[in-house]
Amino acid sequence: MARVFIPPLLRARTGGLREIELEGATIGALLLALEAGFPGTRERLVLNERLMPGMAVIVDGEAAVDGLKSAVGPASEVHFVPAARGG
Amino acid sequence: MTQSNGFKVIGTRPVRHDGVDKVTGRALYGADVRLNGQLYGAMLRSPHAHARIVAIDTSEAAAVPGVKAIVTGADLPHVGDQIADIGEGAVNLRHLSANILAGRKALYFGHAIAAVAATSLTAAQQAVNKIKVTWEELPPVLNLRDAMAAGAAPLHPDVFTDELGEKSTTPSNIAEHLRHEKGDIAAGFAEAEVVVEREFVTGTVHQGYIEPHSATVQWNADGQLTVYCSTQGAFGVRREMSEILGVPISHVKVVPTEIGGGFGGKLNVYLEPVCALLSRKAGGRPVKMTMSRADVLAATGPTSASIVRVKLGARRDGTLTAAQAWMAFEAGAFPGSPVGSAAGVILAPYDIPNVVIDGFDVLCNKPKANAYRAPGGTNAAYAAESMIDELARALKMGPIEIRLKNAAREGTRRADGPVFPRIGFVETLEALLHHPHFQSRLERATGSRRRGRGIAAGFWFNWGGTSSASAQVNPDGTVALSEGSTDIGGTRTSIAMQLAESIGIPVNLVKPQVVDTDSVGYNDATGGSRTTFATGMVAYELGQKLREELIAHAARQFEVEAAAVRFEDGAFRTDGKPPLSYFDVCGALRDTGGEIVASVSMRTKGEGPAFGAHLVDVEVDIETGKVKILRYTAAQDVGRAIYPPFVEGQIQGGVAQGVGWALNEEYLYDKAGHMLNAGFLDYRMPTALDLPMIEALIVEVPNPRHPYGVRGVGEVPIVPPAGAVANAIFDALGVRMTELPMSPARNIAALAAAGVAA
Repeated sequence: MARVFIPPLLRARTGGLREIELEGATIGALLLALEAGFPGTRERLVLNERLMPGMAVIVDGEAAVDGLKSAVGPASEVHFVPAARGG
Repeated sequence: MTQSNGFKVIGTRPVRHDGVDKVTGRALYGADVRLNGQLYGAMLRSPHAHARIVAIDTSEAAAVPGVKAIVTGADLPHVGDQIADIGEGAVNLRHLSANILAGRKALYFGHAIAAVAATSLTAAQQAVNKIKVTWEELPPVLNLRDAMAAGAAPLHPDVFTDELGEKSTTPSNIAEHLRHEKGDIAAGFAEAEVVVEREFVTGTVHQGYIEPHSATVQWNADGQLTVYCSTQGAFGVRREMSEILGVPISHVKVVPTEIGGGFGGKLNVYLEPVCALLSRKAGGRPVKMTMSRADVLAATGPTSASIVRVKLGARRDGTLTAAQAWMAFEAGAFPGSPVGSAAGVILAPYDIPNVVIDGFDVLCNKPKANAYRAPGGTNAAYAAESMIDELARALKMGPIEIRLKNAAREGTRRADGPVFPRIGFVETLEALLHHPHFQSRLERATGSRRRGRGIAAGFWFNWGGTSSASAQVNPDGTVALSEGSTDIGGTRTSIAMQLAESIGIPVNLVKPQVVDTDSVGYNDATGGSRTTFATGMVAYELGQKLREELIAHAARQFEVEAAAVRFEDGAFRTDGKPPLSYFDVCGALRDTGGEIVASVSMRTKGEGPAFGAHLVDVEVDIETGKVKILRYTAAQDVGRAIYPPFVEGQIQGGVAQGVGWALNEEYLYDKAGHMLNAGFLDYRMPTALDLPMIEALIVEVPNPRHPYGVRGVGEVPIVPPAGAVANAIFDALGVRMTELPMSPARNIAALAAAGVAA
């Protein structure tokens, strides 16, 4: 199962849990699983069925390029962080 | 000939492909564009920092001879609330539109209000002067403390504090609050034997590119728009034009000109939609508008002023146990400061088990902040690196010693969560440690002059993004390369070098050109230190395709299978037959299967985070407060230096900008919010006379995810300078400077407050 790290400002919705192990082959599937266990979490990370603008999802240390369709391995580590590009 | 680095092209110093055009003045920049029937545009800008626009009367302006069109905010389509990823983070398109031409309110001094197109620039400017605006002045909010104060009047009635999707119930100037947490902060500080804490303030600064914004736009009767402009990202301009003007993206063609600097300030549109509206009103005649320096400074992307508090805890042996940072960044008139990236940068160089970082994006009546080279990184590192220095002094440790002890390495978990891949921070610190500059003794000055030495580190994520390119092999063996990445810092050549290396040919056979948005696949902007990495990765793949095709053609000439052909040292070889030269095969393409054309588009992954460590010696005159940079050495892990002079130039340029930010640059406003120094005489950037030769120390810890090991260069070198200079000033004076810029007046005041007499 993938380890999904919960952003600090979302932890009130996960009962304070910092990370949760979830089943899913994509980021989208993981977020559906997260929502099933912790209602009200997905809407904070997804807008119009896309990853929230301004947010990046990091899978195993690398920025995922396919948004909600990004593949996730069974032992992957997933983080949601502010998108940083540069000038 | 293969070099010691194992490559034939990478790491060499060929003549750059755009060199002749640029040194002979033939290269075309934004303001060089001239089209048949072209009109000239001029802009009316707000004289107020905050004012309601009651009415705009353009009747007298319209009567000026030569005037062909006048537009105001009312001419912009209503785009509504749409959140999009444009530039550095999320952008509300309604805000982007309102920044192009003000709607009901002017939100900063210099905010665009109305524009005129006329047959001459003089006529356009005369007409602008005759536009009558009825204003209702409003009190401006000009700094972070006022903007964040309880009861502060909100700039926008519809901006609420966003905490990862949860909104405040009342409007606020705090547009966003973000947080990172790692470990147990209370336990971390409880474990600490030494704790230091301080607050730092930084001023608003500008990217300071030499070339002002310039755009020329023609809106044809068939609905097709052609945009000629100086931009970091032609495809971003295409999208913004489409979104702001409400036209299909296929109706917009963007032709990028050469660019005279951008540094993040030329990622978004300012003039382009206005020129388009004027062109349409003027019957499709092209309209050109070029900003003055005053317009550039007053109305385009400065980077955020900020307040940053840092608290560090460590054991006596120097091991960091906890860190807490609080940072507020000015967004300007619309949400979107780089506080998010600042929060990722601020403690990234260090492996700290317990961390809390809070960031706030704050509205005020200043121009909308834009990205500036490692956005937010300089502000953040100034505070954090000052505190690392303070901690080292408290622990009686050396500045490199404490950084090495706590340095992030492969496997270190960042405060925002992800784990670092292979990085080269330790190697960078060690390179600086063994450098003659660090090993040298700083001679102490006499009289009123005091000398000091400072060190600071910096980090940037680097970005991959999407790149596309295409190429064709010509009969004479040259390869025409079409790319869509604006050439900044010589990227044409660094991309061409990677293509040449991949094919196995000399780089002078590659003819690179940056083409318009209809002529190549999508490219993200040149920014975030991505182009040499990402477009280089595309060039590598493109080269492999061309090489494979060339081998197939050679195999047909040899009348053998392709698997039996090798391409080595400029010749195709197969067992038992004389070799064919590269040029023989290219000259016979039409007889061996036809032309060779290839395209590659990639959403790249595997960007390599990068670190720098800077060492500076300063001399401070305690009578005048002036700081002189005596010697500067900047070490940086670049992964692989494709074209070393460009890498050195990027590092030197970043340092120069960082030193300007540290010592002189700052927007000055009066109490009403009028900018007082909108010109390069009064907005003081460093010149060659202000700086010594900056030594760039290239460290190469190859990025394992890039075929040639590239990480990216341009962002990191602006991150450490302010902290390094501040630490050197402390070393010289024993006074901790907590506000940027550390100008003569501010230094004198700090010396007086500390009781240091001249």
